[in-house]
Amino acid sequence: MINSSSDNVKKLNSINRRMFITGSVKFFIMIGLVSRLFFLQVKENKKYLTLSDKNRIREWKLAPVRGEFHDYFGNVIAGNFEAYQLHIIPEQVEDFRYVIYRIKDLLELSDKEFKRIIKKKNEIKSWETLIVSDNLSWKKFSKINNHLYDLNGVKPVISISRNYPFGSNFTHVIGYVSQANEQDIENNEAIKKNFVPGLKIGKVGLEKSFEKQLIGSNDIERYEVNAYGRRISQLEFQKGEKGKSLRLTVDTKVQQLSNELLKDQAGSICVMDIYTGELIAMHSSPSFDPNLFVFGISQDDWQIIRNDPMKPLVNKTLQGNYSPGSTIKPIVALSALENGIINTNFAVNCRGHKHPLELYGQTYHCWKKQGHGFMNLRNAMKQSCDTYFYEIARKLGVDRLSETAKKFGLGKEVFGNLFSIEKKGLIPSTQWKKNVLGQSWVLGETVITGIGQGYIQTTPIQLCLMTAQIANGGYKIYPKIVMDDENKVSPIDKFTPLYKNSKNIKIVQDAMFASTNEVRGTSYRSRINNPKYQFAGKTGTAQVKKITERDRELDLKTFQIPYEERDHALYIAYGPYKNPRYAVSILVEHGGNGSTTAAPMAKKLFKTIIDRHQLRESINNKKYLDI
Amino acid sequence: MYQHNRLTTNNFNFFTKLANFDYVLMACILLLGLISLATMYSTDGGKILFHTKSHFTKLIVFTIMMLIFSFVNIKFWFSIGYFFYVIIIGLLIWTYLFGIKSSGSQRWIDLYFINLQPSELMKICIILCLAKYFHRMKLENVNSLYAILSSLIIILLPMGLVIVQPDLGTSLLISISGLAVLWFAGINHKYFIYTMIGFLISLPFIISFLKPYQKLRVLTFLNPDRDPLGAGYQIIQSKIAVGSGGIFGKGFLKGTQSYLEFLPEKHTDFIFTLFSEEFGFVGSVILLLIYAIIIYRIVAIGAQSRSYFAKLFCYSFAASIFVYITINMSMVLGLLPIVGSPLPIMSYGGSSMLATMIGFGIVMSAKVHSQQLIA
Repeated sequence: MINSSSDNVKKLNSINRRMFITGSVKFFIMIGLVSRLFFLQVKENKKYLTLSDKNRIREWKLAPVRGEFHDYFGNVIAGNFEAYQLHIIPEQVEDFRYVIYRIKDLLELSDKEFKRIIKKKNEIKSWETLIVSDNLSWKKFSKINNHLYDLNGVKPVISISRNYPFGSNFTHVIGYVSQANEQDIENNEAIKKNFVPGLKIGKVGLEKSFEKQLIGSNDIERYEVNAYGRRISQLEFQKGEKGKSLRLTVDTKVQQLSNELLKDQAGSICVMDIYTGELIAMHSSPSFDPNLFVFGISQDDWQIIRNDPMKPLVNKTLQGNYSPGSTIKPIVALSALENGIINTNFAVNCRGHKHPLELYGQTYHCWKKQGHGFMNLRNAMKQSCDTYFYEIARKLGVDRLSETAKKFGLGKEVFGNLFSIEKKGLIPSTQWKKNVLGQSWVLGETVITGIGQGYIQTTPIQLCLMTAQIANGGYKIYPKIVMDDENKVSPIDKFTPLYKNSKNIKIVQDAMFASTNEVRGTSYRSRINNPKYQFAGKTGTAQVKKITERDRELDLKTFQIPYEERDHALYIAYGPYKNPRYAVSILVEHGGNGSTTAAPMAKKLFKTIIDRHQLRESINNKKYLDI
Repeated sequence: MYQHNRLTTNNFNFFTKLANFDYVLMACILLLGLISLATMYSTDGGKILFHTKSHFTKLIVFTIMMLIFSFVNIKFWFSIGYFFYVIIIGLLIWTYLFGIKSSGSQRWIDLYFINLQPSELMKICIILCLAKYFHRMKLENVNSLYAILSSLIIILLPMGLVIVQPDLGTSLLISISGLAVLWFAGINHKYFIYTMIGFLISLPFIISFLKPYQKLRVLTFLNPDRDPLGAGYQIIQSKIAVGSGGIFGKGFLKGTQSYLEFLPEKHTDFIFTLFSEEFGFVGSVILLLIYAIIIYRIVAIGAQSRSYFAKLFCYSFAASIFVYITINMSMVLGLLPIVGSPLPIMSYGGSSMLATMIGFGIVMSAKVHSQQLIA
């Protein structure tokens, strides 16, 4: 007992000593744990709080609302409409198969569309939105709404989308929008910043040029998400800004008229205010419906547009390089007058096809078989006598001609870099030929340049600008199509005279008047006698191919020639003659003859333009009246 | 001997037993139970769902069981020491043979009403068994080769059975519990030091024997950012949760990390993370304090006990509990590699709670019968 008791004491001593050691160790470990907690939760709290927020908060951007285009009178020509869409979140649907077949019946989806939807469904996560249809008709949309009771999880959604109420009328001015592709995102900061899947951006035209102003900014939704990325709750909604709306100088009525005039023909019509440079209308025909592109064009529609022989995708007003034909004659005459080559009395005898102008073995014919006889400037312009212009061009030389032509806006982009597609045209000179073709200039080339054939090429918008600058008395203007374009600095040389002697401009104007309003004038039949509408113009017929002797002998009528070989019909004009305000250029591809095809269009145009002039003015005055 | 002066009889009646109860320990355990229930409620997303209900039921049943156990004489616990051990070894063998496989390991046996994890019970059983083994042993015999070897066999047998499940975490905890008893029984501290040194030297070899996923855990522990979405995910998210809790926490049911399912294993091993995120530094320290009080009370009960067995059991049990807590928290706070080790009472899991409650029951019994001598 004693033994065992002494052993007990030893054991107790041992265990108590060890307990003490253990207790101390425990104490320090506890301190360690607490200090670790302190380190994480107090000292590093900020860091982990940020990490935790990063974990749980995710941003969703919504497509911004695009700015609109208004015409001069405030009519919406590219607006936004509420597209009726159908969304499904697959995980919220109890019986997906049933619902999707039910929708197929209701929307009368084709098997192809249906398969596409199923494919799309399999690509997304079950809590992501499946867009079944992005643009439903109201009828189908309401049909779906009526059947919602047995379509659990189906969400009819109204979303904002681009709409062009005037269809194809403005396509070549404003262009169209479509889904942004990778290249668009890459090349444009504004798109990159605001990009959301399905974002529609301008592909051509002003929609593209003014992307930055139009695009607006995203609505931003902040959601709390769980570890799998599922949205749990909305934390914040940050309203984006709608893009800036742009007012154009275009008058919808005139634009629509241009569309009607060129219906079923390829060509271009431009109408310009000769003082402000505002474009009243700018149309290229044929056009196409930009609404087709908003939700992605179908393959069939695209093939129809692409394969149309009249090339609707080409903007003929800006991209079309055409020989100006006789419409260059006012500039040739002006250049000759300015350079003192001729005076108003200078005359040339046009002796018809039997006695053409001959230069180094080449013959140069006037269009009129019988010849015009002795022609002075006024008569030559009136009747568009080629022989007269061969002669003065020969005397003038191509370099002096090209100088004047360039001064009046030919040979360079009218809108600067506003439209990326705009072409420069070509005003040839001896230097140009040497540099580009490496050959010397031949006199014969000067001769045909005098009637707007050969190397010389202009776009319809350039001809319009040229006409406007002749009509306004020879002063420089800068065409514009967007009102209050903040990017554009007002140029200093606006309204600087382009002439040496203003009398020369008067002479050319008078000659153009004669061409339209006097007997034997090439566009006499299209004249308007009422001085309110009276206009002056110049016809043009640009050859597409060289006229051979055989052609000359056959002397075929326009309808007898194959379409591709028919001449382009051109007409430039300004009016009213007494107090001019508007310039017009018309081009009808393969229209045959300027005086029979293009000039009558000008007659209809001027009626409308001048009728609407009062209204156009009053809109500007109204600003002050409102105050 | 002397105790007869104070208590003349061994037949304690119910009220004296009730009076001997350790109410501080009892209160702490109940408080811990309440906290664990609240936390479980939060893991269920603020709803009373499966985990909360199940945890509540277990808490009630096992607390009652603990109370019953505490009225059982400490002598009884002494007497069943070996028997209990043999039963659990049997269960472990049964598990090895017929256990339920789940996520790559075979740890559970199906008892129809509950899936039991015998390895958890072994954590308490080994203490009981070794405490009994050393109870009568003279101090000079403790360091005899025979005693050391037989006690090592007692430890290594269940360890081996648990490792093959495979469950490295639990087997380590079992061995630590066992070693704690050896330490308190008075085995020469040199052996512990030598073992430690030997372990450190052989560590590289041990690592080479580890399974690939275990190696990954060690590597991940050394640098969690090497695979933030894979192996490092748990520890990174856990640290984010704890760290973002701040001083006062995000508020009850407002822990975004757990609520938004960024936390893995939030019911079980990572429960402290959720608690810490919602209640912050203050809450975590309070929880630690509760654990500290529990451990302190267990040690105090051991100190008051007259029997060597009770002392040995209490001290070792306290040390084990402490180790469980330390390992769990260190793991969650990024101080140790991830090893599966639940936080006593807090973590969801019946077997773990059963084992802990049995331990508490025996401790309470030791308190109630503190003057009981065991021959």
